[in-house]
Amino acid sequence: MLGRGHFFKWYMGIFLVFLYAPAILLPVFAFNDSSVVSFPLKGFTTKWFAVLQTTDSLHVAVRNSLMIAVTTAIFSTLFGVLAARASTRFSFPGRRSIMGFIMLPMVLPEIIIGVSLLVVIIQIGFELSLWSIILGHILICTPFCIAILSSAFMNLDQSLEEASFDLGQTRWNTFWLVILPLVMPGIVASLLIAFTISLDEFIIAFFLAGTEPTLPVYIWGQLRFPQKLPSLMALGTILLVLSISLLLIADYFRRRGVRKTGIENSGGFL
Amino acid sequence: MTQPIIQLKGFDKFFGDFAALSQVDLDIKTGEFFSLLGPSGCGKTTLLRSIAGFEIPSAGSLYIDGKTMEGVPANKRPTNMVFQSYAIFPHMSVAENVAYGLKARRLPKAEITTRVAEAIAMVGLEGFGDRASHALSGGQRQRVALARALVLKPRVLLLDEPLSALDKKLREQMQSELRRLQRAVGITFVLVTHDQEEALTMSDRIAVMFDGKIAQVATPQALYGQPCSRRVANFIGMMNFLDAKILSTSGDTVEVELQSLGKLALPLSQATGGIEGCNFAGVRPEMLTILTGSQTAEREIEVVVSEVFYYGDMTYYDVRLPFKEEPITITMRNTAGRAVLAVGENARMGWSASSLLLLK
Repeated sequence: MLGRGHFFKWYMGIFLVFLYAPAILLPVFAFNDSSVVSFPLKGFTTKWFAVLQTTDSLHVAVRNSLMIAVTTAIFSTLFGVLAARASTRFSFPGRRSIMGFIMLPMVLPEIIIGVSLLVVIIQIGFELSLWSIILGHILICTPFCIAILSSAFMNLDQSLEEASFDLGQTRWNTFWLVILPLVMPGIVASLLIAFTISLDEFIIAFFLAGTEPTLPVYIWGQLRFPQKLPSLMALGTILLVLSISLLLIADYFRRRGVRKTGIENSGGFL
Repeated sequence: MTQPIIQLKGFDKFFGDFAALSQVDLDIKTGEFFSLLGPSGCGKTTLLRSIAGFEIPSAGSLYIDGKTMEGVPANKRPTNMVFQSYAIFPHMSVAENVAYGLKARRLPKAEITTRVAEAIAMVGLEGFGDRASHALSGGQRQRVALARALVLKPRVLLLDEPLSALDKKLREQMQSELRRLQRAVGITFVLVTHDQEEALTMSDRIAVMFDGKIAQVATPQALYGQPCSRRVANFIGMMNFLDAKILSTSGDTVEVELQSLGKLALPLSQATGGIEGCNFAGVRPEMLTILTGSQTAEREIEVVVSEVFYYGDMTYYDVRLPFKEEPITITMRNTAGRAVLAVGENARMGWSASSLLLLK
């Protein structure tokens, strides 16, 4: 007879296959010596990676995406810190509803944000540029940052701040010497989340891109040409390896921070 | 006359409509161990935080060392605080925690190093300097918090329920240690506590607070011996109460009629909170005795033992007086040859007029 444990084992196995098999196909076809993406495999090659190296339009898209993602991560985390600090430290009238409205873009369909931002930017008379994409990305990333950072700030014992002040330190230095180091794991997590969301965001970037495509927009454009598919697989492989290593590095730092301070685990993923 | 180190005049603090402190006048003398004692919500912590500068008074004034503290922020006041949660910076070592305030004052490195080492030694944490502070026990955190505050040589050290998080044994040890430290450094300590025993054993003087007001300020002995109201008496130790009716006052004596004990004349000085409105007589359990054999006392009354609590060194008896529903408590030391009475036994209770207090 099959017990309950067996059922869950199968369930877990199938779940993991569905989750990761497509991702594993990326490197498989990236090294396949054939311009047609299908089984059986033809042989080993690294030529698709070489193709990437010589595609200048791809390099531009990568540069754009990195620039947007880094800027978005910094600004959303900055806004997140301010909002999280305000909402956990001070009480002011309408705090709950204000926080609710700030968090709303998290569940709003991106296509609505994309279209409405496009309308607004055209109405104002702004040129579509990388900055309009950054604007849209900050809008959707900030709620995630606030969510992560609120938990980090909430875990902070308020008497630590008072103790620092009581010991003769200024409010400004208290922030740098006590508060910031203790919420650092949360800030790293927030930067990382915002960076990742921005890097692979497509809809807003597509609407607001103007003449400068981001990486996802570029990849979408290339899908029209079947012969480009293997090199996109190679690109996907690189992105996969990069994002996994980024996540591991960030988690290493987070764990180290938690070990060092012994404070409540805040805002980690792994 | 020496100037008090802390002076509060007409101090008020409102949180919305709630008066956390109302019309508090208080002088704390230089170098004394002063306790603010009261039940939770009585305003003692608000008062301490006001002295530290974390709360701004709604009215009234505060002077430290004769200087007004109006507009002086917490980081500029000559006070330091030991927080209830200790508030040890978890990302710093013990030595870094202790050095924190000295670094804020931008003292030379060499001086910081020596003073930190002294402070760590003073609280008995030698060899713990490099320890990560989150790896410390509750008692050790407490010591770090003390060292971190005392290293700055404040004029006043404020302690917010510093022992409440420790277990009983450690608490008693820290009580005597705090007392020793206070004598050694000679700094004025102001301690907030809800534990009357803690306040009695450690303090030079105690302020008992109820509902945002100071009920009585006195030495531990005076507070226990001459409480000014039934409420204070009940909060400090145990006390038995009998209904009392003032019949007449003449000169220094007052004629009262007591429940069960009858009429008697008492000196006016035994109405420790003033004779006005007194309607209770109070007597401490240890001032009453159970008489055995041929023992006699100034006054005697027949009682019935209703409950016996045996504590080894002491026995607590609940006894019933005629015409009084509530039993009263007598504590007796268990000396050699003294038999412990059983429930339901008749006994003679000895008492004296001089041990009675008239209270309202």
